[in-house]
Amino acid sequence: MSFCPQGVSLPAAKERGQLVFLEGLKSCFEVLFKEEPPTGQPSPLQFIREGGSNLKALYEFVRTSLTPSESDSWKCPVLLVDDVSVLLSLGMRPVDVLDFIHYCRATVCSQLKGNVVVLVHSSENSDDTENELVVNALCHQSNLILWAEGLATGYCKDIHGQLKIIPRRPAELSTERDLPRTYQYKIQDRNVTFFARGMSAAVL
Amino acid sequence: MKIAWRYQNLPKMEASPAASSRFGHYYDVSKTLSPELLQSTKWHRFFLPEEISLQPNINICNMTSGYTRLLQSIQRIIYQEGFDGSHPQKKQKNILRIGIQNLGSVLWGEDICCTDNPEDVHSLTKFLYILRSLLRMSLSACIITVPAHLIQNKAIMERVTNLSDTVVALESFIGSERETNPLYKDYHGLIHIHQIPQLNCLICDVSDTKDLAFRLKRKLFTIEAVIQLRSTIAGIIFKF
Repeated sequence: MSFCPQGVSLPAAKERGQLVFLEGLKSCFEVLFKEEPPTGQPSPLQFIREGGSNLKALYEFVRTSLTPSESDSWKCPVLLVDDVSVLLSLGMRPVDVLDFIHYCRATVCSQLKGNVVVLVHSSENSDDTENELVVNALCHQSNLILWAEGLATGYCKDIHGQLKIIPRRPAELSTERDLPRTYQYKIQDRNVTFFARGMSAAVL
Repeated sequence: MKIAWRYQNLPKMEASPAASSRFGHYYDVSKTLSPELLQSTKWHRFFLPEEISLQPNINICNMTSGYTRLLQSIQRIIYQEGFDGSHPQKKQKNILRIGIQNLGSVLWGEDICCTDNPEDVHSLTKFLYILRSLLRMSLSACIITVPAHLIQNKAIMERVTNLSDTVVALESFIGSERETNPLYKDYHGLIHIHQIPQLNCLICDVSDTKDLAFRLKRKLFTIEAVIQLRSTIAGIIFKF
């Protein structure tokens, strides 16, 4: 199976007001090297300049961006965070990162009935204990984990990696469909093709 | 180490290494830049002891002052020379090429090379992120060397890798057991490619060859695939 052969036009979504895009690198540049904006709204990345381990301004940005106004007809928002590991590199403590995600979930999932998707990096035998702590905590809090990794057998031209889809539901609500599934994938220019293990076109 | 690969002379098809005997630039590492070339090129330098007396204008919390001053200097050059599009470049458009040596060493006022538990583990990674934002907002590229063998805290190196586009490591055979390994007798060390860039695209171009070794000859620094001894894959600049 393959996903979104036509893709989603993000610039068009942005025009329509359907997408709010916070580009971290751009905001970082603005908060450090540009003059204060006249609006007086604190920048979402205020913490880079001010220090402290406080993602409140970032959370406020999420909340105000996703809370619909009277005229909006959009429902069930999705928050995509790419990626949370960078926040640790910027001096945030794991507890602050997890607090931020917790607040986002409370607003986006519980209040606005939407979804939160968080990207985080990890690696086997990682020495980055803070990052692994965040990864584990996020896994425990999630309803679904998409775990992408390289093949255990090493690099292969036709199979770039495998994706494990791990649903997490309370034991009493689990059904057969909630067992973890593994697919292999190949990344192309604008698309990713998924196939069952051993069913790569190169092998068949 | 971090490096930017240069692709002049890259063959259009993936030819076998023996077929493309000439790839990359040819740099004579025994020569230095000619004074004429240096004079005709506009260049800037940053030497921390000279800058230390000046107060930084920008305020970045909890960052080693050496890094703050360096960022400020880079941003000032980007702005003054028009690399950010603020005043259009009158002459032929150019890219600002930045080289930073020994980032993370004590020369920058850091202690991550001295101890397992440095006082401030975040300065270096913050610096890299902010530097990346400067590069993203301007026409510039940067190559950085990091004395990874001195950094005891491996978590920092993992984060440095994730914050970079391209990461290449040189592992010297000197002082290691590989020095006497007959397989490596023609080489001086190994090249590990930890990361290749994936800018604005989903896939990156991964080479089939994974085992790369380097050799420093009198005039040339070569990188070769260990199995095929006679083929040269790339020439790279290094002046030692």
